[in-house]
Amino acid sequence: MSINATLIGQMITFMLLVWFTMKYIWPPLIDALEERKKKIAEGLAAAERGQSDMRLAEKRAQDVLKDAKSQAADIVGMAQKRASEIVEDSKGDARTEGDRLVAAAQAEIEHEVQQVKDGLRQEVSELALAAAEQILQKEVDQQVHAEMIKSVSDRLGKG
Amino acid sequence: MSTEAHDTGGASGYIIHHLTPLSTGEGFWTVHLDTLFFSGFLGAFFLFWFHLAASRATSGVPGGLQNFAEMLVEFVDTQVKDSFHGKSALIAPLALTIFVWVFLMNFMDLLPVDLLPWLGSMMGLEYLRVVPTTDLNATFAMSISVFILIIFYSIKIKGVIGFGKELAFQPFGPWLLPFNLLLKVVEEIAKPISLGLRLFGNLYAGELIFMLIALLPWWGQWLLSFPWAVFHILIITLQAFIFMVLTIVYLSMAHEDH
Repeated sequence: MSINATLIGQMITFMLLVWFTMKYIWPPLIDALEERKKKIAEGLAAAERGQSDMRLAEKRAQDVLKDAKSQAADIVGMAQKRASEIVEDSKGDARTEGDRLVAAAQAEIEHEVQQVKDGLRQEVSELALAAAEQILQKEVDQQVHAEMIKSVSDRLGKG
Repeated sequence: MSTEAHDTGGASGYIIHHLTPLSTGEGFWTVHLDTLFFSGFLGAFFLFWFHLAASRATSGVPGGLQNFAEMLVEFVDTQVKDSFHGKSALIAPLALTIFVWVFLMNFMDLLPVDLLPWLGSMMGLEYLRVVPTTDLNATFAMSISVFILIIFYSIKIKGVIGFGKELAFQPFGPWLLPFNLLLKVVEEIAKPISLGLRLFGNLYAGELIFMLIALLPWWGQWLLSFPWAVFHILIITLQAFIFMVLTIVYLSMAHEDH
């Protein structure tokens, strides 16, 4: 077991190994490790962010849904109101129309009644004239008595 | 694991044969070729796979190789961050290199003790010691390199004067300067020696026990070699881990200014 020149050879080998490791082996491996660590950290952060984004989006979606629901309810309410208004309007229209029709019919009836009355009055005055002719046995001068007959028939008409 | 293949002097001959490195040169300039070859080969193995993983590294979904490399890198990085509170581009890669390289060199211990020497003998190699960390040269090469770094960073962070002050005036104040100096120097020197000897001792003993087991009759070897190998999986990982952690701790101590 003697110390000899092998020692020097071994030291040279050792130094070369250390130099090579220091220069070409350690840096790329440790860099890869560091970079992977960073990547993983970033990935985790991104996942976290994604989750919070999703939570926000869900909340927003719920809000929008709630808005839409209330709007829909409003619209339905308005539509119902409008429909009942229309129904009311038509009812009113129908009533006035009906009133108008009734009034027209009554006017017609009155007109007819007037006409019938006028006709009757004419006939009554003619009958009265004829009766008076027969009573007086002489022809009444139509021209002379027209004034008198008219006033009588007017009085009849009013009666 | 044939015991018959090496009968040059019985059991002790077998063990001595296994513990003799394939060497060339004389005196200090002896070179253990097997230690250099296996440690170099395993170092290249480590660099090849990790470089492959590093060059394909993506921050996306990692493949199996990248996953494995990242697991080790993260493990080492955690250890470094736990005990070292500075910024240094060197310490973490150094720790990774130490951990994986020492582990791989220790792992050679788990190969059957006679397999590679047997293959080597067929290629005409008389001796072959396959576990580089059973060679003091290999463990001290690392611990002395770490020691040089400790001294370098101590001076770089604290300055020559600051480091000198620390050596001279701690822990007992300026009145006991020689005593402080002695204590500090011993403390510093003890770091590389304990670091190198701990790894060497564990692996050397482990390998020796594998050899002793290999001396048993073939039908009884598994009874001991299996539990010892399982236990050794823990030992080799633990020793690599200890070497790495102590390196980090020593270097962070060098960075701390008192």
